[in-house]
Amino acid sequence: MSAEDARARARAGLAGVNTGLGDLWARLPGWGRLVVYLVLIVLVLLLPVDAFGAVMAPRSDWASILFYPIGVYILLAIGLNVVVGQAGLLDLGYVAFFAIGGYGMAVLGTKFGWTFWEIFPTAIVLSALAGLILGAPTLRLRGDYLAIVTLGFGEIIRITANNTAYVGGPRGISDIPHPPSLTAQQVMLVGSLAVLVILVLVALATVPSLIDRQRVGEAVAARSRTRLMILAVGILLAIAAIVVALASPATARALVPSMKFGIIDPRPYYYLVVLFCVLVIVVVKRLERSRVGRAWVAIREDEDAAELMGVPTFRFKLWSFVIGASIGGAAGTVFASKVIAIVPDNFPFILSVLILAAVVLGGSGNLPGVILGAFLVAWLPERFRGFENYRVLVFGAALVVMMIFRPEGLLPSRRRRAEFAEGSGGLGALGAEVQDAAEATPTTVEAGR
Amino acid sequence: MQGFLTQFWGSTIDGLTLGSIYALIALGYTLVYGVLRLINFAHSEIFMIGTFAALFTMQGLGISGPQTGFALVLVLVVGALAAMAASGGAAVLLERIAYRPLRKRGASRLAALISAIGASLFLQELFAVWRGRDFIPFPRVMEKSALFEIGPTGVVRNDKLLVVVAAIVMMLVLERFVNTTRLGRGVRATAQDPETAVLMGVNIDQVVMVTFLLGGAMAGIAAMLFEVYFEITKFTIGFILGIKAFTAAVLGGIGNLRGALLGGLTLGLIENYGASIWGSQWKDVIAFVVLVLVLMFRPTGLLGEALTRARA
Repeated sequence: MSAEDARARARAGLAGVNTGLGDLWARLPGWGRLVVYLVLIVLVLLLPVDAFGAVMAPRSDWASILFYPIGVYILLAIGLNVVVGQAGLLDLGYVAFFAIGGYGMAVLGTKFGWTFWEIFPTAIVLSALAGLILGAPTLRLRGDYLAIVTLGFGEIIRITANNTAYVGGPRGISDIPHPPSLTAQQVMLVGSLAVLVILVLVALATVPSLIDRQRVGEAVAARSRTRLMILAVGILLAIAAIVVALASPATARALVPSMKFGIIDPRPYYYLVVLFCVLVIVVVKRLERSRVGRAWVAIREDEDAAELMGVPTFRFKLWSFVIGASIGGAAGTVFASKVIAIVPDNFPFILSVLILAAVVLGGSGNLPGVILGAFLVAWLPERFRGFENYRVLVFGAALVVMMIFRPEGLLPSRRRRAEFAEGSGGLGALGAEVQDAAEATPTTVEAGR
Repeated sequence: MQGFLTQFWGSTIDGLTLGSIYALIALGYTLVYGVLRLINFAHSEIFMIGTFAALFTMQGLGISGPQTGFALVLVLVVGALAAMAASGGAAVLLERIAYRPLRKRGASRLAALISAIGASLFLQELFAVWRGRDFIPFPRVMEKSALFEIGPTGVVRNDKLLVVVAAIVMMLVLERFVNTTRLGRGVRATAQDPETAVLMGVNIDQVVMVTFLLGGAMAGIAAMLFEVYFEITKFTIGFILGIKAFTAAVLGGIGNLRGALLGGLTLGLIENYGASIWGSQWKDVIAFVVLVLVLMFRPTGLLGEALTRARA
């Protein structure tokens, strides 16, 4: 049993690594969070600077890497997290939606002459539809069956693209248009509008705790008041920025650079993907705290119990699938708009697995964890170039080791950790209880020893 | 449709041959699923290891050309035994390292499946790093000759016949083992009701080990037959084959040994008939569509097996 003990000790040790982190964040006062957010914003804006690149990825073009794989992986991981982390549905074919977004961009851009901003919402709708079409028949299946069906779907999409002359077969589609370049005025407009939308979304989410003061308690209500005030300042600033941008293009030119979406400079694409990431994070976070999010948790923890309590499980599973699919499609569109040419081999099964690995390693269900996981999965191979031959080898081993010692991931949410510690699930019948029973009954079948 | 009619007998024979290999691999999925309710995602890599074991054996024996008579039988048997040993051993090791710790903890099914995916990637890449990422040819061990003909295109070749016959024989041996021996009874008892099986004195760990060993050995046989027929291997050779074998297991009714045979042969036939109608580049898509349709409309498979527990 010493091996068991050692394992238990190792698990306990690993679990202690970050228990403090979540608590620390929970205790942080409003202004402290504001500081953290501001530091993060500045960091993200400055990230493509060469000084970072020299440290983070000395042997590759840092700004390009920030867009793909890092940025796109993070966007994909956030999307897959909705399906795997929040609703607990194992999707092994997530790359299919990435491919649909990518091919949507390529086909509409090259054959119909649409621009990026027209295609983007269309492609999202397309991938959402694909999620609906795949989800509607298959989400009645559970667990591992769903995993295999989604895997099959991912392969069907890739092989079909490979066999269809209309989308170029194995040679794919080239000459995909870039997003139209933005003048300084437009950059400022788009940026401030996005900030405005985000802040308003967050503010709207804060309002209920002010109204329902009795339920949330005075402390939370006071914190909400502070937060709303900060948000109000931010909203006013954003509106002011919009007004300035509209009123005086010259000021805009002085304040922000213009963005040329070309071949040479990858930074505009990076900021584009950051913009979408932040938008998606806000939306997903709001969903998580909503009725939908609570239904997902219920389904993840015990689908039968959720159904019995009146949660329309099928509908909410479908929702998670559709939302995850649209985020995957968005990532595909952005990806295709940068790379000029896409081929079916851009969307292999292994990409689904890598994104899944990112979600699981980071801590499925917890956004900071998922982002960290995606960053590591995308960045480590670039940092340690020359070892890329061993990349998948290491990920495979890491997945097994993680599942043995720390199934909840590097930065798990507290609830998720509790779920894993409780160990409810399918292998339970052959797990701990049975083990005790086996020890209690010394009679064993000796044949074959 | 023209292609389907003209190639009917050829497709039938190829379908049965490929289907036999699917069936042998499907046995591994079905056995493990029956006992543990776990999709052993790394089973395709167990098969891949078998193909490499067979390849190394041929290289060790210095086989470079076709053999005849007694030498041929010897080479086939030694190759099959080596592949069975390697695959069976790898499967047992896999269970020991990647699944047992999770099982002991009563981990969730999701965790087990992710561990299986991790193990699968690890094994694939191990061989990719060790033996390169290209196709590796397998020496021709038997001269391939037509034995007789059925219909205009239905040429029965000796290697295809060997594959089908060997697969059916192995299936019968396995079924006899599971149905008549003491260990086999333990496997069946555990599959039906693990708690009660433990109370009745079945050693669960041993049953699980035997299950993986049997499944692995069947994958090993399949690997040797596959090499005799296709004469090629690669680190990812198991991936598509594994998924199709899983489809076959589901098609026949997962957890059901005869279902694996029926499912394998049916899938092989559907795939080859489909390929003769729509072209062989759609083969994999046909298999996946079959999988999705079966899971949607008859998740208990053709022969049916109580999947109430499996789906819960």
